[in-house]
Amino acid sequence: MSQQTPRPQVGLFVTCLVDMFRPSVGFATVKLLEMAGCQVDVPGTQTCCGQPSFNSGDRASTKRLAKDVIDAFDGFEYVVGPSGSCIGMLHHYPALFAPDDPYRARAESLAERAYEITSFLTDVLNFDAILADYEHRVTYHDSCAGLRELGVKNQPRQLLEKVGGLDISEMEEAETCCGFGGTFCVKYPDISNRMVSNKTSNATATQADTLLGGDLGCLLNMAGKLKREGSPLQVRHVVEVLANMTDTPAIGESQYDLAKEL
Amino acid sequence: MQINSPQFKERAKTALHDPSLQKALGNLRHGFPGKRAAAVARMPEFEQLRDEGRDLKNHVIEHLDFYLEQFETKVIEQGGQVHWARDAEEARKAILDICRKANAKTVTKGKSMVSEEINLNDYLEEHGVHPIETDLGEYILQLREDHPSHIIAPAIHLNLDDVSDIFSKKHGTERTDDPAALMQEAREMLRKQFVAADVGITGANFCVAETGSTLIVTNEGNGDLTQILPRVHVVIATIDKVVPTLEDMTLFQRLLARSATGQEFTVYNTLSTGPRRSDDQDGPEEYHVVLLDNGRSEMLGGDFQEMLRCIRCSACMNHCPVYGAVGGHAYGWVYPGPMGAVLTPKLIGIDKAGHLPNASTFCGKCESVCPVRIPLPKMMRHWREREFERHLSPKGVRLGLGAWSYFTRHPKLYRWLARAGSFGLKLMAGKKGRVHSLPLSKGWTAWREMPAPEGGTFMDQWKKQQRQAEEN
Repeated sequence: MSQQTPRPQVGLFVTCLVDMFRPSVGFATVKLLEMAGCQVDVPGTQTCCGQPSFNSGDRASTKRLAKDVIDAFDGFEYVVGPSGSCIGMLHHYPALFAPDDPYRARAESLAERAYEITSFLTDVLNFDAILADYEHRVTYHDSCAGLRELGVKNQPRQLLEKVGGLDISEMEEAETCCGFGGTFCVKYPDISNRMVSNKTSNATATQADTLLGGDLGCLLNMAGKLKREGSPLQVRHVVEVLANMTDTPAIGESQYDLAKEL
Repeated sequence: MQINSPQFKERAKTALHDPSLQKALGNLRHGFPGKRAAAVARMPEFEQLRDEGRDLKNHVIEHLDFYLEQFETKVIEQGGQVHWARDAEEARKAILDICRKANAKTVTKGKSMVSEEINLNDYLEEHGVHPIETDLGEYILQLREDHPSHIIAPAIHLNLDDVSDIFSKKHGTERTDDPAALMQEAREMLRKQFVAADVGITGANFCVAETGSTLIVTNEGNGDLTQILPRVHVVIATIDKVVPTLEDMTLFQRLLARSATGQEFTVYNTLSTGPRRSDDQDGPEEYHVVLLDNGRSEMLGGDFQEMLRCIRCSACMNHCPVYGAVGGHAYGWVYPGPMGAVLTPKLIGIDKAGHLPNASTFCGKCESVCPVRIPLPKMMRHWREREFERHLSPKGVRLGLGAWSYFTRHPKLYRWLARAGSFGLKLMAGKKGRVHSLPLSKGWTAWREMPAPEGGTFMDQWKKQQRQAEEN
């Protein structure tokens, strides 16, 4: 047998929301990475990327946390996460450090190695051997940071095309913010509500039965609004569909399993 | 103009519940962005022009003193006068002085946001000079004793009905809903004023250093009548408006029209170079330029220097989902939207304008359409940093943030917190899969459900899996 090329060593950046709210998104990400031939590890010292403090103007705390993240992912060939905004945050790290700070070069190296999952699969690994079926009409929300900071737009759609039975119906203003914005949604709830209402009405108008996206913050926001509106539209992270892991209830859906009860 | 920025939240709430305003904002949301996109699509080199615009503005900012002095020299050579104003007060005084020397009773005005910034109309009125706005939107606002809510479409917050109402009330005419008839009515009222005015005041889109010219772009032609018919023409402009050459100016004309309204070119582009010469058929006898600093020179060399590139096209607010939801008046002062969220704190103080750079999701849309690539989100974040340093952010926010930062730096404690959060929320949700009301997150649950966690943290489950794999 000929010698195989070494498997890419990937450190999974879980993100705090996936860790606490939706572990299945983390496992779906691992599954996709392994399908694509990666060796995945999850550094146990990771916590949060630092967006809450960074976007609240607390630069000193952000810098301290950034150092922890840089240390935690030292030595990994790639750092991959199921979120454009958290990975985007990693790309902000270099600017936190002065040019002569030893962490500056390490932050630059981290940023070069850090990818959002769909972009990593498509742009880096050229992987599209998706083995999934999802016989639904879906619509896709482009989360802001992924779209505008990392250029994630076609990658998830390209991968979704490989999913059996799936049909994408694009919504109006797919690239417009859903109104989550981290602390924004609780600091300015009325404005945030207007923005998410625009989003849910655009999503509903597509006649899709599933709304997909790549950032759990946005998805929790949109799912929370849709459920409040009494909408049957289901909300899922795109990796759940790509990894064929859609047995779990959708975000904000009842955990009550009728089949089990019967 | 009165400063209402500290009341941003209340004003936003009012705006969200104003059906007529929401209708007007809907028109904006579905108007400008599409027109810009179409104009950009027709011009393949647009992205390259944005780079050139950014680089050229950076060059001017680096050599601002040089180009301003060159501009002054050229204006004087052409027979005009330059008045340097450090702040709003000096600018107002300089303009009043010119009006008094001209023995002016009425002045006509072209559209100028700088004139709003220095509160010129009230000042002139108080000193016995009657200003008349000639831009149709500004004219409507003046009749209503209202202020612009947008930097290029000042009356965008109004609907046709509002205009019909105010025209019949103030003009004493029969009420009409016909836009053409309303336009004709305004034209007839304004035509008399153009002829009667002693002084015409305009802004400037650009000041050209090599020729000492000022350029205004309008779609109505009112600016031309304002600057040509009266005996005295006063230009009020801020120091960041200077560009080196006429050719450079054309680069910005191309960027401006497409970014603002999606036009290839604005309808009227009028250069003023000095007063009327002996063989000129028309033009003013006197030509003055008031160059205002008002804090801009303090932005040089600092975190906000790049804001000086702004060409006031309004693309940032046209594409901003927050502006689109609440409109310009919510921002509480002259400059709304993302550019206002960066500029206003500099002009009126972050202690008063603190909400503005905070009321953003950092979605980045503004930066993605800015013709001179101003990193607006980054600079809003810089304002948040200033606020944080000065302890201006709310105590609750600081406390919460401090606690979060502490936990995130202690992974073991953090794991415990995530576990507890996941467990608690899931427990509260029960079988429904969501929580309807959360006491500490009212901002969230007032409008949405809180989706319940699946149960168990990823980190715990991952560890367990790894252990099991090792045992097998």
